This record gives sequence, C-alpha cells and structure tokens, in this order.
Amino acid sequence: MLLGTNPFFRWSYVTSQWSQIQGDLVQHIELSLIAVAIGTVISIPLSVLAWRYRVVRAPVFGVASALYIIPSLALFVLLGPITGFVPPESYKTAEIALVGYTLLILIWNTVAGLEAVPADAREAALALGYTPRAALVRVDLPLALPYIFAGLRVAMATVIGLVTITALIGLGGLGQQITYGFTNDYNTPIIIGLVLSIALAAVFDLLLVGAQRLAVPWARTRKPAKGAG
Amino acid sequence: MHFLSQVFDWFTTSANWSGSQGIPQLFWNQLELSAAVVATALALGGGLGVILGHTGRGGLVAVNAANAFRAVPTLALLTLLAIQPAISLKWNGFLAAWIALTALAIPPILTNTYVGMREVDADVRDAAKAMGLTGAQVLLRVEAPLAAPFVMAGVRTAAIEVVATSTLAAYVSFSDLGTYVIAGLNTNNTVLAFCGAILVAVMAGLVAAVLGLVTRALTPLPMRRRVRSRLLSTRPGFA
Repeated sequence: MLLGTNPFFRWSYVTSQWSQIQGDLVQHIELSLIAVAIGTVISIPLSVLAWRYRVVRAPVFGVASALYIIPSLALFVLLGPITGFVPPESYKTAEIALVGYTLLILIWNTVAGLEAVPADAREAALALGYTPRAALVRVDLPLALPYIFAGLRVAMATVIGLVTITALIGLGGLGQQITYGFTNDYNTPIIIGLVLSIALAAVFDLLLVGAQRLAVPWARTRKPAKGAG
Repeated sequence: MHFLSQVFDWFTTSANWSGSQGIPQLFWNQLELSAAVVATALALGGGLGVILGHTGRGGLVAVNAANAFRAVPTLALLTLLAIQPAISLKWNGFLAAWIALTALAIPPILTNTYVGMREVDADVRDAAKAMGLTGAQVLLRVEAPLAAPFVMAGVRTAAIEVVATSTLAAYVSFSDLGTYVIAGLNTNNTVLAFCGAILVAVMAGLVAAVLGLVTRALTPLPMRRRVRSRLLSTRPGFA
C-alpha cells in the first residue's frame, strides 16, 4: 500500500521487537482479565439487589450508566490525581475506570437473566423447601447464566478494545504499540496492536463460549435464550 | 474545595467561551463529528440490519461479526488513519475521526436493527402480506414502525459511545472537547482535563435525552408500554 520508509507492514519489526510485543500482550491480558473479574464480582450482588428490591434498581442503574457515559479517558484524568498517573500507581487508575465501564453491561444482562427465570422454576424450588437464598444460588442464578455469559462476552470484547487507551497513562498493553506507531509515523506497530487486540478478543470469546457450554449443559439441547446471541 | 473553585473559575473565565479553542466552538465541533458518525453508521449498519432482518438470512453471522468489531481499538483505527498521507489531517482531522468512530458506532445499530426486525410478529407480517401489501410496503409500513424503537435504542447507545469516545479524536489533533482533556493530561493540568470531562458528560447526557424523546415519538402508541419492559432483555449491545 505504502512505499518508502513506511511500508504497510514490516515483518522485521515483529522479529526484532518480539519481546516487547510479548510484554505488551501479557499486560493487555492482565489488565483486561482483572477488570472483567472485578466487574463480575461487583456486578452479581448488585444485580441481585437491583432485581429483588425495586428501590435499589434506579440508583444502581443510574450510577452504572454514569460510569459508562463518562469517557474512559476523562475518568483516567479524574482519578489520576488520587490514584496516580504513572505506573505502577496508574494500574489502579486504569482498573477502576475499566471496571466502571463493565458494570452497566454486566448488571444489565444479569438483571435481564434473573427476570427471565420462569416463575414456575422458582416456585417449584420454594415448594421443595429451598430457602429463598438457596433458591437464588441453585435455581435463579444458574438459570440466568446464559444472559450472564452474554454480558461477559460483550464486556470482555469491549474491555480488550478499551485497554489500549490506558497507553495515555503509561500502561496500555498493546496500546503502547499504537501510540509508538503514531508518534513515529510508523504503520507496523499500530497494525500489530489492532490485529492482536482483535485476535485476543476472539480467543477470549471462544473461551467464554466453551465455559458457557460447560456451565450450562442443559442449554445445549435447546435453542439458546432469546437475546443471548 | 480549592479544586472546585478552580473549576468554577475556569468556567467563568470569558476567554474560555470565545475563539477557535473556546467552549462553544469545540462543543459544536464534537457535536458535528458525532452527528456525522451516527448518521453514517445508521445508514450502513441500519441498512444492513434491515436487509438481513427482512430476508432473515445471514443475520446470526452478521450479529456475531458485529460483536467481534467491539474489540477493534478505536485508538488504533484513529492513529492508523491519521498517519496515512492520503487522509492524515484532512479537514483538520475530521476525516480520520469520522471513519474510525463510524466503525465503533455500526455494531450496536446493526445488532439492534436486526433484533428489532426479527422481533416483528410473524403473524403481523403474514397478515400484511395476505392483505396484499408488496414486500416494500410490508417493510415500510409494518416492519419499520414496529422495529423503530429497537433501532433507536441502538442509535442511542451508539451516540453515547461516540460522544464519549470522540474525545480521543483530539489525540490526532481534531479540535473538540477532548482537546481540553488531552491538553490537561499532557500538561498535568487536572482542572482543565476535569472541565473537559464535565463538558463531554453534559453533551452525552443531552444527546441521550434528545434521542430518548425521538424514540418515544417514533414508537407506535400501542407499543409504548410493552416495549419498555421488552427492551430490557434485548438492550442494545448488551444482549
């Protein structure tokens, strides 16, 4: 495509910079996994509360929506003075912003999943002598799993794309390749960042689909729940 | 309180309200960029969604592909376009930002349009055909109005994401509200960055509110109650 000093893709960059690229890839995975893991741990109890108690619903969705709307870049800026702008302190800055971004996606899907649980199933569980809490853990949440997994897939893909922005506060994972390429007018690193991010998202998506098949064996014989695709 | 008083001072400094780097101009630039992006994404993603939903073919593949698109880092597209001599800083960076952000806005619109088209009751579609409506008439008079709330939900999600993400366009030198954020970040001026962030949040809120009203206006009356609960399970991009 391009000639001269800036070819579209230069393989020699990959071989000579391999250890750097590998390091960025590992950091990218780390940042993404931590964000989605913390987001999941926070979102499930919040979703249960929002589902059970109508009063809690508006504030939970309100805060999650606000976190979703604030540009991630701006969130870094706002948190920076408190949690730090340079690594390793900026890890905290990045993770708080990324987790904040996952919450709306995860809570929305989990609540939708819980609402889709057939009332018959819950009543049957209660009639069998389950306490409400046991019914929640053994009936409601498992039946909501297809929705929860749908949320996880979207959250994972979104976070993997977003992590690159943390390059502006000295992290970034593959985002470092992108900013390096931009400041040096060099296509290759940007394309590496782009392609590896998409590949990473595809790999994690497949892993999540696999995990879902293991966690929701009964869904295999049926059509997937509507809205979970 | 010192910080907030500095923020207050920044907002009340009249110099910040005029000129090519003033609040009104940058606000307008960002709104213009976001509107162009959402309109383009609606034409492309919405158009494709309508075709796939109407024919009922290849939809699942498209929806899954759209989901994979989410992982495309906007920063990568933006910078890659910005360093191509053919695009680079054309229209002061508008072109690069327009293309990169459109890629971000297509998935939610495509997914929701497709879901909305499929949600149209098959009986209703059959009844329309039985009454002698042609394919185009079924599409325009039956499917489109019934799918409109879903399409608009996608447009709303996309618009909010675009407004929030267009701050990044300032990184490749397009002047919008992100200019304050990036400049603040580069010079460690938290007040400036904070003010930029507030302005972006205000715009996102306004856009969400206006599109909410438009959605209501476009939703056929009998659907208004039903759709609200329905949308929860097919929420834009989250499903």
